Amino acid sequence: MLPRLPRMSVETDRKAIIEFRNVGYRLPAGQSLLNNVNFSVLRGETLVLIGRSGAGKTTALKLINRLLEPSDGEVHIEGRPTIRWDPILLRRRIGYVIQDTGLFPHFTVEQNVSLVPRLEHWSEERIGSRSKELLALVGLEPGKFLQRYPHELSGGQRQRVGVARALAADPQILLMDEPFGALDPLTRGEVRREFHDLEQQLGKTIVIVTHDISEALLLGTRIGLLEAGELRGIYSPREFLRAPEPVAAAYIAQLRMLKEAEQDNS
Amino acid sequence: MSLFQFLARHGDEILRATSEHIWLVGLTMLLAIAIGVPLGILVTRRPWLSKPILGGANVAETIPSLALFGFLLPVPWLGDRADRLAIAALTLYALLPIIRNTAAGIATVDPAVREAARGMGMTELQILFQVELPLSLSTVIAGVRIATVLTIGVATIAAAVGAGGLGEFIFRGLAMVNDQLILAGAIPAAALALVADFMLSVLERRLRLAR
Repeated sequence: MLPRLPRMSVETDRKAIIEFRNVGYRLPAGQSLLNNVNFSVLRGETLVLIGRSGAGKTTALKLINRLLEPSDGEVHIEGRPTIRWDPILLRRRIGYVIQDTGLFPHFTVEQNVSLVPRLEHWSEERIGSRSKELLALVGLEPGKFLQRYPHELSGGQRQRVGVARALAADPQILLMDEPFGALDPLTRGEVRREFHDLEQQLGKTIVIVTHDISEALLLGTRIGLLEAGELRGIYSPREFLRAPEPVAAAYIAQLRMLKEAEQDNS
Repeated sequence: MSLFQFLARHGDEILRATSEHIWLVGLTMLLAIAIGVPLGILVTRRPWLSKPILGGANVAETIPSLALFGFLLPVPWLGDRADRLAIAALTLYALLPIIRNTAAGIATVDPAVREAARGMGMTELQILFQVELPLSLSTVIAGVRIATVLTIGVATIAAAVGAGGLGEFIFRGLAMVNDQLILAGAIPAAALALVADFMLSVLERRLRLAR
């Protein structure tokens, strides 16, 4: 195992809000999903983890809010290892958006959105005004949507509610697992662009997991490439386009093909 | 004897037996829910307990009811009073559908919903009471409905150990070879079962539509 570099820990003290230190994760059966992963996420930046299915992206995300605990190494949040955080407290400070939204089907939009504030015993007035504010933030008219149930919403609307719910208690960190993956391509583009605006506006620290290269390039401050449980590199979007990694090159080739198809048809 | 004459003579008795029957079944169901729902939850939390718990309830279900009353007779405290004995035996019968449906209901909650709940920082108890149980309520009620209909039928046998209920008419009718007496027990029991089934099915449907 490599000794930790001093440069890294200085960075930690300054502004790293999430830090992976030699992190490994194995299933109880012994299969290794993540291997010696090191990276840090700075306050206010958006890190996109990209990789194919099974590369360990979701595992990495779940290590951050302690849905999983590392088998080796440590994940630090605000300078403290996750295993020393109270998991409930930690998770309430971290927004979480998943692909299938996980909206509660028996809760109205308002109840879904105000879940964490209610768990945190906010006053009714504060919850009410926060819910309205949140829906407006994600582009849904509060008067029209607050009392609806998830099954009365379109896929794009559900995803927006999912984002609003994750932002409810104003967490510093937002985790998103394939947040736009279940949407049709047109809606996906729309919701993604909206989220891009929101991202600029909010200044949160965001970690997004995706296998969609255009999403990574649009939303990421930096892009981490995961392959077979290992972090192959972290690049700025500009660097990623020229990254020497064969997998990165494959992603870019895929992007080029799309572009060419577009041009051929126009 | 005409139906009218029969009712005039036995009406009070039928009413009393019916209310005894409702009392037996009602208490049984309360107990079976109080025991069965937690056991069903336990099954989803500790999968290794699923075989012994469901297996045990299954065995109880397969013991002939008359024999079950007999087995419980020598048990201290339970065997002391007929209604106690009857309710204990009936509860054992009613458990299986309730345990099974509670476990099935919780198991079918969308994993994404459970993951979101955990990721939001809900505690295990909050997830159970605010998410899993509300979402499986209609399935649990379906189990209660099966158990209730079953219990209303089996409770007629409680009369054999002197616990009363509509079974009294049936046993008396059998002994006296009197069809009218048998029907005086059987018809109200069947009606009770139909009414309970209908009411619980309405409740079940309501809960299912509520999302």
